Amino acid sequence: MIKRLSSVLLVILILFVCISPVAVATGEAKDYSHLKGTTLNVYNWGEYISDGQDGTLDVNKAFEEKYGIKVNYTNYESNENMYNKLKSGGANYDVIIPSDYMIAKLVDENMLAELDFSNIPNYKYILPKYKDLYYDPDNIYSVPYTVGMVGLIYNTTMVEGNPDSWSVLWDERYAGKILMFNNPRDAFGIAQCYLGQSVNTTDIAQWDEAIELLKKQNPLVASYVMDEVYNKMEHGDAALAPYYAGDFLTMYDINPDLAFVYPKEGVNFFVDAMCIPKTAENKEAAELYINFMLEEDVAVANANYVCYASPHELVLESDDYDLKGNEVLYPDESQMPKTQIFENLDYDTQQYMSMLWNELKIEGNSNLDAYVGLSVTLVLVVTYLIYKFIKKKKREAYY
Amino acid sequence: MNKKSSLMSRLAGAPYIVWAALFIIVPLCMVAYYAFTDTTGAFTFDNVSGIGKYADTFILSIWLGLLATVICLFVAYPLAYIMAAKGPEKQSTMTMLIMLPMWMNFLLRTYSWMTILEDNGLLTTAINSAINLINDTILANNALSFSLDPVHLINTRGAVVVGMVYNFLPYMILPIYTVMLKTDRSLIEAAQDLGGNKLAVFKNVTIPLTVPGIVSGFTMVFVPSVSTFYISQKLGGTGTILIGDIIETQFQTANNFNLGASLSFVLMILIFICLAVMNRFSDDDGGVII
Repeated sequence: MIKRLSSVLLVILILFVCISPVAVATGEAKDYSHLKGTTLNVYNWGEYISDGQDGTLDVNKAFEEKYGIKVNYTNYESNENMYNKLKSGGANYDVIIPSDYMIAKLVDENMLAELDFSNIPNYKYILPKYKDLYYDPDNIYSVPYTVGMVGLIYNTTMVEGNPDSWSVLWDERYAGKILMFNNPRDAFGIAQCYLGQSVNTTDIAQWDEAIELLKKQNPLVASYVMDEVYNKMEHGDAALAPYYAGDFLTMYDINPDLAFVYPKEGVNFFVDAMCIPKTAENKEAAELYINFMLEEDVAVANANYVCYASPHELVLESDDYDLKGNEVLYPDESQMPKTQIFENLDYDTQQYMSMLWNELKIEGNSNLDAYVGLSVTLVLVVTYLIYKFIKKKKREAYY
Repeated sequence: MNKKSSLMSRLAGAPYIVWAALFIIVPLCMVAYYAFTDTTGAFTFDNVSGIGKYADTFILSIWLGLLATVICLFVAYPLAYIMAAKGPEKQSTMTMLIMLPMWMNFLLRTYSWMTILEDNGLLTTAINSAINLINDTILANNALSFSLDPVHLINTRGAVVVGMVYNFLPYMILPIYTVMLKTDRSLIEAAQDLGGNKLAVFKNVTIPLTVPGIVSGFTMVFVPSVSTFYISQKLGGTGTILIGDIIETQFQTANNFNLGASLSFVLMILIFICLAVMNRFSDDDGGVII
């Protein structure tokens, strides 16, 4: 009896061994050949994919070669920028990589498609701590691409000591050498962290308090920047700039005088994740692309190139990963700063924030020169026209 | 015969009429629609009446645009005058040299001004090392008890005006140059024959005859200068936010199309007023090429 049972078990085992590779094979080799010749529109942040520069892997080209799908790759500068492009409906995108709060907003507005994870088996490599996040609690709309934190970049030759607080961005000694985010959410985020507020507050009074702080900073700020920050910090044209930790590493490669700190008041923690808009025309290819981005060598190449922290298990263990254990990207528990995640603000708060941001922008204009200049011009113009008129009258009197 | 040719000419004009309707009239109507509605699509004056607080920004934009245009005019006029007097071969070389920078992308050209004007940029470094040299000489000779401060070029209004002049100068030179080429030489000769000296000929014949070129050059420089946002964003820093920046923000980040449209609408009206005033300068019967 026992013998018989074991032989049955053996048969089952053999069968299982025989079938399972087939099962795995059919799972992996799901037939995608019908997608050959189609086009995939990928909309991503600038400098946010390994693109073949300096002998790195050209991810888009590799994807095109592997699947015969043409990748049409375009960039955006900010989440809001991307949102407006998507919302206005003029353009069609299959893969987008927004940040957490923007994903929440897109989900809220029913603009994202549910992903078919049978096309994205590599999702299993995403670390558990980056799953079930607030913006996508059931993991149906998004696959994390990078994670990161905002911090303070400073030039050690221009800044005294080792700043550890956002307060240095309000230090008058560095007037005209301070850069600030040119997007309201990140800029307000810093003021709010500094004030010890929640970055997701819906209390108007707290937003007013934050804008007061930003207005106080305005005269000290050289300019509000996004990607121009690279040039300015790399060439020592500015002393201080809050920016994303990963981008600091890129700048540091070029200018070793730069240093980085997570200010003690707290910083914004963000996840940028790959999503597919509802309007996507090539959804299956988009899922294929997302899966491709999670393949080990591709993910390592991207992580090396982009320099942001990776949520990918295999990347963190890979020996090809140049930034393995980098203390800026992966601070250990004791060094871990306080973090806050941006959530999607309600409509009224968003409108209020935009209004305050406009006010801040025009705040810095002191217009004495314009008033004087225009008045002088106006006087000159009027004088000339009167002169011409009189001359004409006189001439008419002659004839 | 007559009827047929008029039909032909109408047909010939059709592509442009379709173009104008699709890409000029329709967008203008959309601007007007957004300017006078709120987010729900209901009619409102709030957008337009609420832009009072941007008055300063409008004034600054118009002032800097005007400044840039006037500088362009003073640079372009003599140049066009000299060009028109040269032989045909030299003329084509010079036209080519003026057009050449326009083959490069506008954004790229502005971006490179950023690296030129930065504190560690080419021009600033050169000027500042010269200033240091002068200061050292002064110090060494104990001649005077003052020293020059290092200059700071980027993130100033001057930088924005430089950016405007650089980018839009060809649009001033070319129309003036074209008008000068077409000027009837015999008119100038007649003025000389009648005993006019060089200044009188220039003042009473050349300038009045080239007014149409000036007016169209003025328009082509003034309009893009007033509404620019890229130049002021890259070169102007925090102190020079122009109306173009505010409009751009409404569409790019704030997602407030209504405010953006109403600002554009008012800007358009202001530009129309400025151009109407400008047209008063041309002769009342003179045809103006815009």
